[in-house]
Amino acid sequence: MVRFLAILIGAAFTFVLGLALFGTISTAITNPAPETAEHEFHLHPKDAALSSQGYAGNFDRQQLQRGFQVYKEVCAACHSLKYVSFRDLEHIGYSEAEVKAIANQWVIEQPSVNPDTGEAGTRKNLPSDRFPLAFANDVAARAANNNAVPPDLSLMAKARHDGTNYIYSLVGPDAYRAQPRELLAKFPDLKTPAGLHYNPYFANLNIAMPPPLTADGQVTYTDGTKATRGQMAKDVAAFLTWTAEPNLEARHAAGLAALIFIAIFCFLAWGAYQNVWRDVKH
Amino acid sequence: MSFPWAKHYEPKQPLMRWLDEKLPLPRLVYNAVGAGYPVPRNLNYFWNFGVLAGLALTLQIVTGVTLAMHYAANGGVAFASVESIMRDVNAGWFLRYAHANGASMFLLVVYIHIARGLYYGSYKAPREMVWLLGVVIFLLMMATAFMGYVLPWGQMSFWGAQVITGFFSAIPMVGETIRIWLLGGYAPDNAALNRFFSLHYLLPFVTMGVIIMHIWALHIPGSNNPTGVDVKSEADTVPFHPYYTAKDGVGVGVFMLVFAAFIFFAPNMLGHPDNYIEANPLSTPAHIVPEWYFLPFYAILKSFTADFILDAKLWGVLAMFGSILLLFFLPWLDTSPVRSANFRPKYRMFLIVLLLDVLLLGYVGGAEASARNVILGQLASAYYFIHFLVILPLVSRSEQPRPLPNSITEAVLEKHAGTSPAKTALA
Repeated sequence: MVRFLAILIGAAFTFVLGLALFGTISTAITNPAPETAEHEFHLHPKDAALSSQGYAGNFDRQQLQRGFQVYKEVCAACHSLKYVSFRDLEHIGYSEAEVKAIANQWVIEQPSVNPDTGEAGTRKNLPSDRFPLAFANDVAARAANNNAVPPDLSLMAKARHDGTNYIYSLVGPDAYRAQPRELLAKFPDLKTPAGLHYNPYFANLNIAMPPPLTADGQVTYTDGTKATRGQMAKDVAAFLTWTAEPNLEARHAAGLAALIFIAIFCFLAWGAYQNVWRDVKH
Repeated sequence: MSFPWAKHYEPKQPLMRWLDEKLPLPRLVYNAVGAGYPVPRNLNYFWNFGVLAGLALTLQIVTGVTLAMHYAANGGVAFASVESIMRDVNAGWFLRYAHANGASMFLLVVYIHIARGLYYGSYKAPREMVWLLGVVIFLLMMATAFMGYVLPWGQMSFWGAQVITGFFSAIPMVGETIRIWLLGGYAPDNAALNRFFSLHYLLPFVTMGVIIMHIWALHIPGSNNPTGVDVKSEADTVPFHPYYTAKDGVGVGVFMLVFAAFIFFAPNMLGHPDNYIEANPLSTPAHIVPEWYFLPFYAILKSFTADFILDAKLWGVLAMFGSILLLFFLPWLDTSPVRSANFRPKYRMFLIVLLLDVLLLGYVGGAEASARNVILGQLASAYYFIHFLVILPLVSRSEQPRPLPNSITEAVLEKHAGTSPAKTALA
């Protein structure tokens, strides 16, 4: 009885799948899926070749500080970093005093309450504060940015496929370009709308963010490195990799120790196994 | 427990004797996973995966309970509390990565454990109850894993919850009401997050209870073995300890190596980047995909695209749940008295096709819904059902099994005799 019912149920599922299959094939023939511009013109990110990438990667602190400078002078105008605290900057090589000064001089202040009157106001940032939001709320962000909210960057390097390379490519020197002639020839309706910018590294090809890194020397690096557009893109990608995964170095170091420890355990366990079973054929 | 020659627990220390009289817990352990449990001597490395699954669950409970001390199950702060675990809690990143990848390791180990059962016929008499309880454990694990994935309250958490609870709305008439009742709202929100957290904390302990019954039921007939032949004499078995504790030690080591490689060097490889974006009910991700371990079932769900009497969606949901529930009937669908596929040439061939078929379903589940992938998914789904519901009941009738060894010991000695001339030649 069980087997008879099973065969019936199996036949029912197979029949319905057969109908579905017929539908899929006939649709594919009569009404094939149209080609999309994203499919043809979207580019995979280029390799940023950073020291933090790869299985044993470590951060280059000098580069992280340069990247922070790019963030501070360019990105921070619109993008928040709400999961990162000023004190965290000590981990990329700033001294306690420097962090205090960076927090104190940050252009956007922390929202607070006036201790005497109870009125809402702002105060200077402290090292223990998170980076303040660039806009008070999403409505303000939309109003100031052509109806697009600039996303928080704390986790950007993990929130996109191949994130580090994605950030590097998206703001790199060859990202913003004129819309290819072939694209317009094939998809005449897909002209980049006013207010958006063609960028083949962006998922739907048209990004709301205006080109952030527009000229060599836009940032004057304190360590004397020449601030080419490619260099700035690379540095900010490195910095945002750190903000997304601040414990990367500790993780890689602990990982190496763990693998060695477990490998020794495996070796001993194998020895014990051989020893216990030496007289038993199996 | 199982065989007359099983060793008996004899406490030598006065303290242990005293304890044995009052509460024979050491005796229980001795008979369950100690020298008091005789096990076939010919088990291969696939028999490590039961112990590994138990280890994986234990690690999940340890990391999970610790994470729960720092996590806040509230839609407003859940995502930020996970980030605080990653950044501010001592070794919080390790706990979270261990827990997230631990879920994948648990499912991976259990899939291999299930495949082992299918290949060596471990679901057949007299071990039907072991198999049934195993399917219950699998269902509990899937529910727990799904609810755990919702807790970080990222985009995939939210939209995954939306899609999965949406299955219930496929039920005619009352579906939408049930969905709203389950979620505690019209869409996943704080109420859903809180009850998922509560159940995510509860179900692992329920799973633990069912595992105890799974092992209990196993100890009555004793373990199956690669030949599928019953244990006949003491020569066929060795005591679990030290023989299989030593062998499991090797398995545990290799398991930990793979686990550590994921935690420390590729912690986000099995996750989806969108889950690092906070849940946003107003922005639907381009592709909503479940975690890798659900992809074969997701592919079956997506393959039903035609209405026939019932809605396509309802067919998909029925088939998806059916694809797991049919495992409950496996001991009665397969009538062949021969357990091990090594002696069932036809069944073995179909089973290998099934394993490849499930891998193909997994690929289709995660891939974009192009015509080619949909067609592949529909063919693969059809084979899945045909294999279990049609081939399995029929194949044992036409199949001529290969001759079985008379006993486990005979099989072992034959294997060694077969290799000895080569060894002699080398020496």
